[in-house]
Amino acid sequence: MRWIVLVAVAIATLLVAVALGPVHLGLGDVVRAIGGGGAPTTVSIVRDLRLPRALLAFLVGGSLAVTGAALQALVRNPLADPYLLGLSGGAGLGAVLALALHAAGAWAVPAWAAIGALLAIALVYRLAIVAGGVLDTRILLLAGVVVGAFAAALVAAVLALSPAREVRGALLWLLGSFEGTSWGAVIVFGAYAVVPLAVLYRASRPLDLLSLGEEPARFLGTNVETLKRVLYVAASLLTAAAVAVSGIIGFVGLVIPHAVRLVWGHTHRTLLPAAFLLGGILLAGADTVARVAFAPVSLPVGVVTAVVGVPVFAVLLRRWTT
Amino acid sequence: MDDLIFAARDVSFRYPRADTDAVHAVSLGVERGELIALAGPNGSGKTTLLRLLLGVLIPSGGVVETFGRAAHTWDRRALARRVGVVVQREEPVFPLRVREAVALGRYPHLRPLAPLGPKDREAVDAALARADATALADRWIGTLSGGEWQRVRVARALAQEPEVLVLDEATAGLDIRHEMEVLELVADLVRERGLTGVLVTHNVNLAARFVDRLAILDRGRAAAVGSPAEVLTRDVLERVFRWPVEIVPWHGVPQVVALRAAEAAGAADPAGWQSGRVAGGAGEAEASGNGDPE
Repeated sequence: MRWIVLVAVAIATLLVAVALGPVHLGLGDVVRAIGGGGAPTTVSIVRDLRLPRALLAFLVGGSLAVTGAALQALVRNPLADPYLLGLSGGAGLGAVLALALHAAGAWAVPAWAAIGALLAIALVYRLAIVAGGVLDTRILLLAGVVVGAFAAALVAAVLALSPAREVRGALLWLLGSFEGTSWGAVIVFGAYAVVPLAVLYRASRPLDLLSLGEEPARFLGTNVETLKRVLYVAASLLTAAAVAVSGIIGFVGLVIPHAVRLVWGHTHRTLLPAAFLLGGILLAGADTVARVAFAPVSLPVGVVTAVVGVPVFAVLLRRWTT
Repeated sequence: MDDLIFAARDVSFRYPRADTDAVHAVSLGVERGELIALAGPNGSGKTTLLRLLLGVLIPSGGVVETFGRAAHTWDRRALARRVGVVVQREEPVFPLRVREAVALGRYPHLRPLAPLGPKDREAVDAALARADATALADRWIGTLSGGEWQRVRVARALAQEPEVLVLDEATAGLDIRHEMEVLELVADLVRERGLTGVLVTHNVNLAARFVDRLAILDRGRAAAVGSPAEVLTRDVLERVFRWPVEIVPWHGVPQVVALRAAEAAGAADPAGWQSGRVAGGAGEAEASGNGDPE
């Protein structure tokens, strides 16, 4: 029953996301246009502009939520979120450099962001490998914070040295946006995300065990060292791709897993798919709000997720401590 | 050989960056169906030896075989179907119900994404019943007392349906009744179900009353291995614990009474014990190694 509701809400969110905009469409028009029927301009608005954008927002939101849930169990810290591992800093630096250096081509910014994220991932990973070749998840967290802070300093330096117009563009990118999403981006991201998502889902049971602690997880049949590496690599590669296509969108990866735990419990086998759907719903919905709230001006979607996410998280914190 | 569950031959281990071995040239066999305790002072290498037997650490010298195979080459899932371990410390990050926590013991038997089957639920119920934890099944683990939580963790190990049950300091911090309940439970399981039991403890008195054999470790070496009557002598204990003791029999089992300084003055040279206590600071390198087990 809960699943039916969740899937229905997901579909409804996508339809509403496509219906709302400068040209408001009826839901019937939307459904017809997706099938290729109706006025040519409507079909074009739906199929070329709004549908890819809504789908990408959904996929990115789902991916961030799944990554957040997995990372919270991996580092055994309920405050973990996909960006805590420093890669958002690396991605931001890459993107800002691409903008400052006028790197050409539609894929320049995502490509530079991805490279920056991958470098940050590699650096954090290397720092977290301690004596005996063990991946220490506590150091992983600290290394992520340090690398992120370092990258943020460089981002600030690049911005300070850039002309005002580029600074604005870079700041908006850093706060996240699905502006100008193409089907190419949807397909590339979707195809790419399948593997890390499958890897994380397949690790559902070991993730349950890992949240008990590494030692109990080991004696309940988990190869802990391999698991930690696989999880870290899958989670960070997925986040890197999300950042590359959409910028840095906070709070989805932090808040959604906790919201899902309240309803679906802590078994990752159900937690992860539910988090994917709810994360998708939140981000597709937030992007719609970002587009229409102050039309014709768009807000950065990260602003909307933060405005929604922070109060929700504050409420969750209260529930925890009382 | 078939009846040896664990066989350590001349095994040594040194933690990275330590300058002494945490375990040095220890040989020990654990036979099927026995209840054995690894005892010794803090930092004597008990937990390190246990981790070697369980294949978590790779020996730097010697050989450790578990079920006839080099311990560290075991697939963890396969080993978890045969050995259930209750570890020293465990702090779950997310809240769980007791039944869910015990069901985690079924994971080594489950395919990666398969749900619990009827057989698994039966095993969970049986384990809860056996550990006297059925009444706790719907409680949140965060609301359990120390003794209840230990029973639940024993139940989880039983849900693994193991041949060997290992408890690492699992009764430390429990009051008399709860400590006795856990130990009685383990002793019953060994006696009635033919399980093999390994207890790691620094409480030699309790160990002596439950186990068939004791292995006393001292600064990484096996100081004595044998029945409680053979091992718990004043000579061995004073050497290992570096404190004056008296041995008092209790229904045929030796019990150790640690003497106060004034009592010891009558029996032995207090100055000697004073220096012995100072020497008790040895094994620091190992203690720091133990402090970082993960």
